[in-house]
Amino acid sequence: MSEQSYSADARVVILGAGHAGGSAAAFLRQYGFAGPIVLIGDEPHAPYQRPPLSKAWLKGEADAASLMLKPAAFYTDQNVELRLSVAATAIDRAKKTVGLSDGNTIDYDILIIATGARARRLPIPGADLYGVLELRNADDAEKLKHAIGPGKRLAVVGGGYVGLEVAASGRALGAEAVVIEREARVLARVACPTLSNFFQDYHRAKGVEFELDAAVDAFVGDEGHVTGVRLADGRVIACDAAVVGVGAIPNDEIAGTAGLALDGGIVVDEAARTSDPAIFAVGDVTRRPLPLYARMHRLESVPNALEQAKQVASAITGRKAPAPEVPWFWSDQYDLKLQIAGIPFDADSIVVRGQPDSAKFAVFHLKGDRLLAVEAVNSPPEFMAGKMLIGNGKAVDAEKLANDTVSMKEVAA
Amino acid sequence: MAKITYIEFNGTEHVIDVKPGLSVMEGAVKNNVPGIDGDCGGACACATCHVYVDDAWRDKVGTAEELEKSMLEFAESVEENSRLSCQIVVSDALDGLVVRMPESQH
Ligand SMILES: Cc1cc2nc3c(=O)[nH]c(=O)nc-3n(C[C@H](O)[C@H](O)[C@H](O)COP(=O)(O)OP(=O)(O)OC[C@H]3O[C@@H](n4cnc5c(N)ncnc54)[C@H](O)[C@@H]3O)c2cc1C
Repeated sequence: MSEQSYSADARVVILGAGHAGGSAAAFLRQYGFAGPIVLIGDEPHAPYQRPPLSKAWLKGEADAASLMLKPAAFYTDQNVELRLSVAATAIDRAKKTVGLSDGNTIDYDILIIATGARARRLPIPGADLYGVLELRNADDAEKLKHAIGPGKRLAVVGGGYVGLEVAASGRALGAEAVVIEREARVLARVACPTLSNFFQDYHRAKGVEFELDAAVDAFVGDEGHVTGVRLADGRVIACDAAVVGVGAIPNDEIAGTAGLALDGGIVVDEAARTSDPAIFAVGDVTRRPLPLYARMHRLESVPNALEQAKQVASAITGRKAPAPEVPWFWSDQYDLKLQIAGIPFDADSIVVRGQPDSAKFAVFHLKGDRLLAVEAVNSPPEFMAGKMLIGNGKAVDAEKLANDTVSMKEVAA
Repeated sequence: MAKITYIEFNGTEHVIDVKPGLSVMEGAVKNNVPGIDGDCGGACACATCHVYVDDAWRDKVGTAEELEKSMLEFAESVEENSRLSCQIVVSDALDGLVVRMPESQH
């Protein structure tokens, strides 16, 4: 049970109407919370799912309605007050109020900060040219969709998951795509070399070009419109549009100004509570404990947003805290389904199962005989069994794991 | 609209009108039915929308494809009639469908 108890008619105010904030409202109602809930968001849209913005939606395979986290009727039926196109500007913890950009002030008993993260921008000349884009929200995605099509040339700055997904979707729509990456390989910060090489080869085979080890010095343009990306070696990579995907920065300033503990994100505990017991924080904006890895980390994923939304709804309704989950993530590119579970902190060995050439393989990261992480390409059994083994901490036989004629059932037994 | 009955592990029933074309998972998530999470939004990537299809409906619903089968193999408390509800597309033919939920999706 939580140390703190909250009254059943407490007023819950949620800042940020994204995946985490919207889910927190939904779980609070699912768990029987009957008090008032106010969900405040600075975007003009009710909460929606971001993953399709670089995948199915960008390719035109999913419509706007399917992106919505909940249908409009949900907010009236479940009595969740949505206030959109309004930003929270300041939190007064002594008075328990939040100041809003429309000049109003709102009282809370319990505050949930779910302000997410924003795209990191490159502080270089030309970054404000028309056609230099980022991809964090639905409006960004709309602009990007207009910029890619047959015959268009797209420069993707930053070879992370979102950048690679955009390149793949761009190719599917007939655009040319070049990925420019500062490191020697794509996915350098988030995946192992085997996986990076596999994705580079796969994208190349689909016609994507790569500039690796390439620092971007400036965007160059003509009459205010981007026409190219200038690299440190002086070359200019021509493009009709450039999308910058070089990481995200947590929107934690409002919490910091209010004196809540920050450490590259709002610091929270296992119940998603901040250093103020009346204030919780969930989603991309948090630095949270990872009990399975005994450390603090900031995750940017839907499963993380949902897990923390359940934690806060449980804490507020006095429900048993949910069991800690293995962090996981997915990415779709072309016909590849990538599923990743766990994080390879301090891994000391790597086992590859299956053949990367066949586009069906998995990379396992171990520390001793414990599995820390798995990266599975078109290999759901490896992902599912790997996730289970990471969670239960059972010893793993590396030889069996490497032998794909031994079933994952047997490996996990 | 097709009427779908979702039964939580504790027995609570939710009868929902779901638009044909949506998945059984979407019908639950969009209507805030507890017990079906659908973390990945229907990409068949997470197995958090596991349901048991009522015996009377198994033929009409059909069987899982390879990808779904391999995800289910490692889900918890899997039975003969287990399916991932994001892979069941609602149609008029499924009007009256009854699905039950496992104790937990994780
Ligand atoms: C293109 C793209 C693809 C992705 N693909 C995947 C994927 O495949 N799998 C996966 O697991 N994750 C993916 N993610 C990450 C996932 O979408 C995020 O982890 C998730 O949205 C986090 O939810 P959140 O609520 O913390 O933040 P968000 O969903 O970003 O919501 C935060 C909201 O708060 C608003 N806000 C900020 N400040 C204020 C303020 N002061 N007042 C009011 N409102 C404010 C923001 O405008 C935003 O609407 C992807 C993200 C992007 C952008």
